[in-house]
Amino acid sequence: MIQAPDLSLGALAPLLFVFGAACVGVLVEAFAPRETRHPVQVAIALVGTLGGLVTSLLLAGERQVTAGGALAVDGAAVFLQATIAGLGALSILLFAERSLDPARSAFVAAAAVPAGSPRDRELMTAHRVQTEVYPLTMFAIGGMMLFVAANDLLVMFVALEVLSLPLYLISGLARRRRLLSQEAAVKYFLLGSFASAFFLYGLALVYGATGSIRLSAIRQDAAAETGGGVLLVLGLALLIVGLMFKASVAPFHAWTPDVYQGAPTPVTAFMAACTKVAAFGAILRLLYVAFGTSEWTWRPLVYGIAIVSMVVGAVLGLTQTDLKRMLAYSSIAHAGFLLTGVLGFGGGADGTGSGLGATMFYLLAYGLATLGIFAVLTLVREGDGEATHLSKWAGLARRSPLTAAVMALFLLALAGIPLTSGFTGKFAVFRAAIDDGAWPLVVVALLASAVAAFFYLRVIVLMYFSEPAADGPTVGVPGLPTTIVLAVTVAATVVLGVVPGAVLDLAEEAAIFVG
Amino acid sequence: MSTFPYLLAMIVVPAVGAAVVAALPKGRDELAKQLSLGVSLLVLVLAVLATVAFDAGGERFQLTTSVAWIPDFGVDFALGVDGIALVMLLLIGVLVPVVVLASWRDEPPGRRSMQAFFAWLLLLESLMVGVFAATDVFLFYVFFEAMLVPMYFIIGSFGGPRRQYAAVKFFLYSLVGGLVMLAAVIGLYVVSASELGEGTFAFDALRQIEIDPGVQKLLFLGFFIAFAIKAPLVPFHTWLPDSGAEAPIGGSVLLVGVLDKVGTFGFLRYCLPLFPDASRDLAPYVLVLAVAGVLYAALLAMGQSDMKRLVSYTSIAHFGFIALGIFAFTTEAGTGAVLYMVNHGIATGLLFLVVGMLIARGGSRQVGDYGGVARQAPLLAGVFLVAGLASLALPGTNSFVSEFLVLIGSFPTRPVFTVLATVGIVLAALYVLLLYQRTMHGPPRGVLLEGGIHGGDPYDDVPPARGGASAATATVTAPAPPAVPRLRVRDLSRRETAVAAPMVALVIALGVYPQPLIELIEPAVAATMSEFELDPDGDGVVPADTEGTD
Repeated sequence: MIQAPDLSLGALAPLLFVFGAACVGVLVEAFAPRETRHPVQVAIALVGTLGGLVTSLLLAGERQVTAGGALAVDGAAVFLQATIAGLGALSILLFAERSLDPARSAFVAAAAVPAGSPRDRELMTAHRVQTEVYPLTMFAIGGMMLFVAANDLLVMFVALEVLSLPLYLISGLARRRRLLSQEAAVKYFLLGSFASAFFLYGLALVYGATGSIRLSAIRQDAAAETGGGVLLVLGLALLIVGLMFKASVAPFHAWTPDVYQGAPTPVTAFMAACTKVAAFGAILRLLYVAFGTSEWTWRPLVYGIAIVSMVVGAVLGLTQTDLKRMLAYSSIAHAGFLLTGVLGFGGGADGTGSGLGATMFYLLAYGLATLGIFAVLTLVREGDGEATHLSKWAGLARRSPLTAAVMALFLLALAGIPLTSGFTGKFAVFRAAIDDGAWPLVVVALLASAVAAFFYLRVIVLMYFSEPAADGPTVGVPGLPTTIVLAVTVAATVVLGVVPGAVLDLAEEAAIFVG
Repeated sequence: MSTFPYLLAMIVVPAVGAAVVAALPKGRDELAKQLSLGVSLLVLVLAVLATVAFDAGGERFQLTTSVAWIPDFGVDFALGVDGIALVMLLLIGVLVPVVVLASWRDEPPGRRSMQAFFAWLLLLESLMVGVFAATDVFLFYVFFEAMLVPMYFIIGSFGGPRRQYAAVKFFLYSLVGGLVMLAAVIGLYVVSASELGEGTFAFDALRQIEIDPGVQKLLFLGFFIAFAIKAPLVPFHTWLPDSGAEAPIGGSVLLVGVLDKVGTFGFLRYCLPLFPDASRDLAPYVLVLAVAGVLYAALLAMGQSDMKRLVSYTSIAHFGFIALGIFAFTTEAGTGAVLYMVNHGIATGLLFLVVGMLIARGGSRQVGDYGGVARQAPLLAGVFLVAGLASLALPGTNSFVSEFLVLIGSFPTRPVFTVLATVGIVLAALYVLLLYQRTMHGPPRGVLLEGGIHGGDPYDDVPPARGGASAATATVTAPAPPAVPRLRVRDLSRRETAVAAPMVALVIALGVYPQPLIELIEPAVAATMSEFELDPDGDGVVPADTEGTD
C-alpha cells in the first residue's frame, strides 16, 4: 500500500506559481494568435515570477519539511527563492525590451532556421518576435527555486536538469552573431551534461555509502563515519564538482566566458544572476545540511577551490578585451569570494558561523549589480548589435554621462568600494571567514579583489578619461522595461551599500536550514 | 557643550553642495564655482564654530554624534573629534576654499566641464571630514576607501598628460593598502567579539581591550601598511610623485595637504592606542623607514626637473619627519608631529599653489624652463620665497615650530634617528633654495621669454599659454638669444593674491604664535602617549628595550 506523501501546498506556493506560469505559457504558445503572444507571455511570466516573489516573502519564518521529506521550506530556501524570483522578474523585463534592437527583440525569430540561410536573412529584418523564450525561462526559474529547496539528492538532480535544459536552449537564441550564440549553447550543453553526469555519479556513490539520498540521513551517516568512508568522500567530491560547474567556479569554469559572450545579453544577465544564486543555494544546503558534521572532508577542498577561483577570475579578467568575457571572469572571481563565505561555516564565538546569512546577502547584492551591468551593456550599441569590445567604450561619459555614471556605479560595486552593495557583501563574507579562522583565505581574497579592481577600473578609465573615438557606438534610449530594471538595480546597489541593516537582518534571520 | 551637530553638518553640507553642483545644467560653470566657494566657506565657518565649541581641557572626544548604522556588524555612525582631528578639520576648512579659488580659471583637458571638478571637490571635502571625524573604525574605513573615488576622478579627468596612468596607480596603491587594512579591521572585530562577548568597532571600546601580542603585530601591520602607503613612507611612496605631478594643482594641494595626512593621523589615532605592544616592538623598523624617507626623498627632490614632482618628493621627506615624531612616543614629539601635519598642509599647499601659478603662465612644469621671473613678477617671487622658506622650516615660519618640536621631542628617546633626520633639514634648504634660485633669479630664460623658447616638456601637450611662437622659430632663435632678453610675465592677479594671502598670513601667524593650536593638540596627544608610560622628562630609556623583556 503506497501512501501519498504529505504536501503542504502553502509552503510550495512559490514553486507552484512559477511552474504554473510556465505551463500556461506553453499553452499560450500553442493556442494564442501570434500577434498577441508577446504581451500575453510577458504578462504571464511577470505574474508568475512576482507571484513567486510575493508568496515566498509571505512564507518568511516558515520552517518545515514537506513533500514526503523531499523539499525543505526553511529560511534559507525561502530567502533564496525570493531572490531568484525577484531577479527572474527583472530578467524577464530585460527579455521584454523592444525598443533597443531595430528588429525589436534580442532573440532570433526562428531558432531552427540555419544561420546565414536566405530565410534567416529574411527573418533578420522581419519584425517577428519569438516568444518561446518566456516559458523556457519560467521553467528554468522554477528549476532554480526547486534546486535551493531540495532536501534530497534526487530532487536536487531533477531540479538541476530542469533549470539547465532551458538555459542551454535560450543561450543559443541570439538574434545577432547567431553562430557564436549556437556555439556557446552547444558548448554549454556538452560541458553541462558532463557535469550533470558527475553529479549523478556522486549521488550514486553517496547512496552506496549511506543507503539514503535524504540529506538528513546522509548527515547522520556522515557523522557516524569515523574516517573510513572513502565512498562517501568520493561521492561528495563528485557532487561538489557538479555543483561548482553550475556556479562557474574555477577550475570548472571553462564554459563561462564563451557562454557569457555568445548568449543574448539578457540571457547572460539572467544566467549570471539567477544561476549563481541557485547553484550556491544548493552548495550551501549540501555542505551544511548533509555534510555539516564532517566539515573536515570538504573544507580543504573548498578552501583550495576558492583560492583557485579568485585567482583565475581576477588574473584572467585582466587580459580580456570584451566586456562580456570580462564580466564572465569577474563572475568566476566572485564565485571564489562567495566560497569564502561558505567557509565561514562554524566555529565562531558562540558556535554558529555567520557564513550562511553573509553568503545569501552577497548573492542578492551580486545578482542585482550583475543584472544591472548587463542591462547597461544592452544599451550601448553599434550597427545592429551591442558594442561589447572595450575600445568602443572610450569616452562614453562624454557622449552619454548618465549611462556612464550608472555603469561606473555597478563597476565600483563589483570592485567592492564602500557605500555600494558589493562592499557590504564582501565585508559580510570576509567577516564570516575570519570568524572561522580562515584569515589566510581572506588575505588571498583581498589581494584578488585588488587585482580585479584593476579591470573594473580600466572600464571607468576608458569611459571617463579617454577621448571618444570618432566612430563610437550609439547609446540606445531604453524602453520602459529596461528603465525599470536599471532603476531597481541602481537603487538596490546604493541602498544595500548605505543602509544595508534591514536586508542583512533578513538574511541573518533566514540563515536556517531544516532537514 | 553645544548640541548642534557640527561634524554631521560639515559632512552633509559639502555632500549636498556636490549634488547641487553636479545637477546644475550644463554651461553654468560660473554658478558652479560661486556655489562651491560658498559651500566651502560655510564649512570653514562650521569648522571655526566647532573649534569654539570644543573645550580643550575637557573630555577626549567631543561634539559626538552616534546613530546605529548597521546593527548586524555592530557598526555605529559615530562622529567625534579630539584636538588632533579638530585641527585637521580646520586645515580642510581653510584649504578647500583656497583650492576652489585657485582652480577658478583652470582649463580642463578636452573641453571637460569644470562643474564636475567642483562637484568632486566638494564630495571629497565631505569624505575627508568624515575620515577625521569618525570614531568608529568601520566608519573610518568606509570614508578612507570612499575618499579614493573623487580623487581618482579629479586626477583622471582633470590632470596632466599622464593622468590616466597616475589616477590608476593612485587608486590601486591606495586600494591595496585599504584592503589589507580591511582584513585587519575585520580581525579587530573578531578579537573584540571574543574579548567583549559582542563585536564592536567603537574606538573607545577597542582601546580598552588587551590583544595578544602576536595578533597585535599582525593587526598593526594591516593598519600600518595602509597608512604607510597613504602617508607615504619609503618604500610605499612611488605613487605620490606621479599623482602629485599629474593632478590638477587643486587636487595636488588636497592630496598632499589633507589626504596623505590620513596616513599619519591613522598612525597616531589607530596604530598606537590600539596596538601599543606591537607599536613599541616595531617602532625601530618604522623609524628606519621614516628617516630613510627623510633623506632619500630629499636627495630625489634635488634631482627633479619637474617642479610638481619636486614638491611631491619634499612632501615625502616631510612625512618622514611626522612619522619620526609619532613613533618617538613622547608627547612633545607627537604634538610637534600633529602640528607638522597642519603646517605641512599650509606650507606645501602654498608651494604647490605658487608653482601652479607659475605653470599657468609658462605652460611647462620643468624647472629649466624658467629663470629670472622675480624681476618681472616680484609678488609671485615673494610668495614663492615665503612658501619655500616655510617648506624648509626657517625660524619664523610655521614649519619651524613643528619641526623643532619633533626633533627636540624625539632626541631623548631616539637620539640616533633624530640626528640623522636633522641632516634632512640641510638637504631641504638645498632643494628649496635651488628651485627658487633657478626659477626666480638669474638671467631671464625659458618659456616666458618674449619670442618664447619652449624648453620642451616631453610630457606636455599643452602649448605654452603665452609667448606662443611656433616651435620652429624657437629652435631657430635658441642658439642666439636676443642681447637683452625680456620676460613677458604677469604678476599675481587679484584672484591669485586672494589665494596666496591667507596662506602667507597663516605661515607667518602660526610661525609666530602657534600656542592656540598646541593647546588644542596637546591633551589628545598626551592621552595617546600616556599608554606608553614613558618618563615625560625623557631620560633616554628606549621603551623597546624595557618592554621587550616581559
